[in-house]
Amino acid sequence: MKRTIYSEIDGKSGRFYLLAAVLAALTLSGFVAALYMEHYGHYITGMNNQIVWGLPHVFAIFLIVAASGALNVASIGTVFGKRIYKPLGRFSGLLALALLLGGLTVLVLDLGRPDRLIVAMTTYNFTSIFAWNIYLYVGFIGVVAVYLWMQMERRMNRYARAAGMLAFLWRLVLTTGTGSIFGFLVAREAYDSAIMAPLFIAMSFSFGLAIYVLVLLAACHGSGREIGDAVLRRLGRLLGVFVAVVLYFTAVQHLTNLYAAEHLGVERFILLDGGIFTVLFWGVQVTVGGLLPLLLLFRSPPVNSVVSARGLVIACLAIVAGGFAQVYVIVIGGQAWPLNLFPDREVSSSFYDGVISNYSPSLPELGLGLGGVALTGLIVLFGIRILRFLPTTLADSAIDPNFVSSADKS
Amino acid sequence: MRLNRSAMITIAVALALFASLAVVVTAAEKNDRTMSEVPVPAIPQGQGERCVEDTDFMRRNHMTLLMHQRDDTMLQGIRTKQYSLKECVNCHAVQGKDESAVSVSDPKHFCRACHDYAAVKIDCFECHSSRPEIDAASPHDGLIAEMLKE
Amino acid sequence: MNRKADKPATAMPFDPGRRSFLAGTAATAGVALAPGIFLYSVGASRSAEARALDEAASSEVRWGMLIDVNRCDSGCNDCVSACVTENGLQGHGRPATDPQWIRKIDLRDPNTGREQSLPVMCQHCDEPPCVDVCPTGASFKRADGIVLVNKHTCIGCRYCISACPYKARSFVHETLEDQKSYAPRGKGTVESCTLCVHRIDDDRQPACVEACSDTGGGAMLFGDLNNPDSEIARRVAQYASQQIRADLGLNPAVRYRNL
Ligand code: HEC
Ligand code: HEC
Ligand code: HEC
Repeated sequence: MKRTIYSEIDGKSGRFYLLAAVLAALTLSGFVAALYMEHYGHYITGMNNQIVWGLPHVFAIFLIVAASGALNVASIGTVFGKRIYKPLGRFSGLLALALLLGGLTVLVLDLGRPDRLIVAMTTYNFTSIFAWNIYLYVGFIGVVAVYLWMQMERRMNRYARAAGMLAFLWRLVLTTGTGSIFGFLVAREAYDSAIMAPLFIAMSFSFGLAIYVLVLLAACHGSGREIGDAVLRRLGRLLGVFVAVVLYFTAVQHLTNLYAAEHLGVERFILLDGGIFTVLFWGVQVTVGGLLPLLLLFRSPPVNSVVSARGLVIACLAIVAGGFAQVYVIVIGGQAWPLNLFPDREVSSSFYDGVISNYSPSLPELGLGLGGVALTGLIVLFGIRILRFLPTTLADSAIDPNFVSSADKS
Repeated sequence: MRLNRSAMITIAVALALFASLAVVVTAAEKNDRTMSEVPVPAIPQGQGERCVEDTDFMRRNHMTLLMHQRDDTMLQGIRTKQYSLKECVNCHAVQGKDESAVSVSDPKHFCRACHDYAAVKIDCFECHSSRPEIDAASPHDGLIAEMLKE
Repeated sequence: MNRKADKPATAMPFDPGRRSFLAGTAATAGVALAPGIFLYSVGASRSAEARALDEAASSEVRWGMLIDVNRCDSGCNDCVSACVTENGLQGHGRPATDPQWIRKIDLRDPNTGREQSLPVMCQHCDEPPCVDVCPTGASFKRADGIVLVNKHTCIGCRYCISACPYKARSFVHETLEDQKSYAPRGKGTVESCTLCVHRIDDDRQPACVEACSDTGGGAMLFGDLNNPDSEIARRVAQYASQQIRADLGLNPAVRYRNL
């Protein structure tokens, strides 16, 4: 195994400029969508007084949850000392930062008064998990930045492990915080469960790694860098475990809720007759985002590398789709189910009491959400263009400590 | 972590892009209040003899007084009138063409007279009424007026 | 009465409108003696403890409401209309996004078929979840128990709307014009029943209560739960009353009878 050499990408090809232009355009349209929403007010969106958090929040929460997961690769390398992961660490840190910034931007731009961001940054209510999250997010950016510096500056390398440890612990707390946002909604039956925080941690491991693999493959492919089978197989295996854990916690979440008699209604709604939410749950979240990747990732040893890489990509895409559906079902589905002010009574009012609420996302919301994704992509693209995040090669011979040169891998 | 030249240029371009975006965003802000074309602000005279403090003091410190009053009223229910925004609006009402007081959408509105000139933006009137309440300060006072007539 | 008379000279020595201001004071007394308000003798019991203008709300008081469901008619919407008029809540014909600070809920017991109707607004909890979750502290409980949104620091995140078990809060979804000068509201912030805090500070009852006793069934009683001599405190001590979702342990200040 050789010393890893990192380099910027060239960024001179037409493809680079095309990608940059597309991402910039999408980001810009995200900002335009936000301006439009702010100018007219939220009535032009699908959100209303029943479904107060809509598609932008699904995007934001998905990105933020994935951000902390994307950092895992770095943690495994530096904190847990797995040498094959070490060369992947810098890129992992960059992706984590980019995902968090993308998600936070969406979250902030959806506020009723984004112009008062300064208020959010300067006045805190310390009983609010939301306020703590602001600290956690800002802190995460700082911690990861320091961690990256420790990794990238040779003289600082010896502190990388400590910084990595801090970052790892920080991200666990951060995801717990994000999950707890829902745990604090005492009266919302769908969220009334202690499992929310561990579930979110599991989700972050899985979504974050899936996105990491996708973006890494794209970056290597786009810049003509080799990426070996050994590392892909390892990442795939790990991803499989994470997917299984998410499925497990999802099962626990719904089973414990079924156990509580007063929550039978909302469980029935999500699992059986919730229309779009039921379809998303069983079809996309469980089948596409859970079972399919498990099948792809735990097949008996792949016949040849081409198939394995393609299987891995499909698995990752499926996990992303399933993860998005999962966040959608949690955020929107949980709000669609009506609050129960008077158990055992039939209720009706002019304010949608006792009624399952409708939500149809609007174009500006989608634009804003996609803008956040594009911003993430833009940050990654500029990051690897100007700084040395990517190893020149991830070929097995270069990074696998167990590599045997007699094998005829390319 | 040395940066090469083109990397520096890329960073510079990115920063410039970001800055120009910020400018665009601020410029497109919802309040399209046109800048006053007059070189010096023509500040309409308030009613009565004098303001709630020295005129000079008011010119420089009205924002502090208002912010303070805002918190006192909002958080503690203190309803003194001296620095109340409602009272500023009542006393500084400016007559428009149709004899009624102009709202803040009119550049002649007292609070806009020098804000436009000084390019100060306030959001207070997104919520607060910029005109005196039509039937006096509160419906209650409307009752009073009727009672006094009888 | 006449807390205002305590302070008029110092409040604004140079006020050219002082005369009408004093006239207002006199008239307030007159209105307080009007029969509608006298019904529950709230005005009388309150005046003894009415605050001066420059005095902060006190934690010795806890404003609350007692609503007798038996006296609330399913067809009657007077409290809601009064609230809309008072606070300038006219909607835009878009029911999903238009605000509702108070609404009538019709109940039906599926076992017996018994039907009831009652108004529900912000319940002004002792332990308000909206206050706990608000990141900026804009949601707050005033010393006298009124739960409010400080719209000056509200960033419009809507976490409080999600957290409220009573669906009592609305988000302002569009640009507003011609707001009431005593009830400022604006796009991008959250709002809910203020218990007509501007009226309370002016020694008057909430608009819904007034309307209910004037033209409705007289089902709503407003007063200080902490003052053992007040009508409301006497009644809740004497008769059984309920809180909505009492199981949550939030101890709302709005109580119901015969629910
Ligand atoms: C009783 C009526 C009255 C009230 C109430 C009042 N003002 Fe005034 N204000 C005046 C008058 C009259 C003047 C002009 C004084 C002068 O020309 O010296 C004035 C002047 C001013 C000026 C200076 C304008 C200039 O010509 O440069 C400012 C600023 C101002 N007021 C702000 C306020 C604010 C803010 C409030 C509310 C806290 C307020 N005023 C309340 C009567 C009032
Ligand atoms: C999002 C809506 C909103 C905005 C924007 C807003 N306010 Fe308010 N303001 C309120 C509400 C609601 C109250 C409480 C009214 C009450 O309780 O009577 C209030 C009360 C006040 C009061 C005390 C009542 C009075 O009339 O004296 C002051 C002073 C005040 N605001 C100042 C300001 C100033 C200055 C600004 C601009 C910098 C501002 N507000 C912007 C909603 C708003
Ligand atoms: C004499 C000119 C003048 C008048 C009249 C005037 N203002 Fe101002 N105001 C200013 C200036 C100048 C500033 C900026 C001060 C600074 O930035 O230090 C300002 C700032 C403010 C601010 C703080 C803005 C911020 O974001 O910091 C508020 C609030 C405000 N004014 C409210 C009012 C209201 C309400 C009125 C009408 C009753 C009014 N002003 C009338 C000159 C004026």
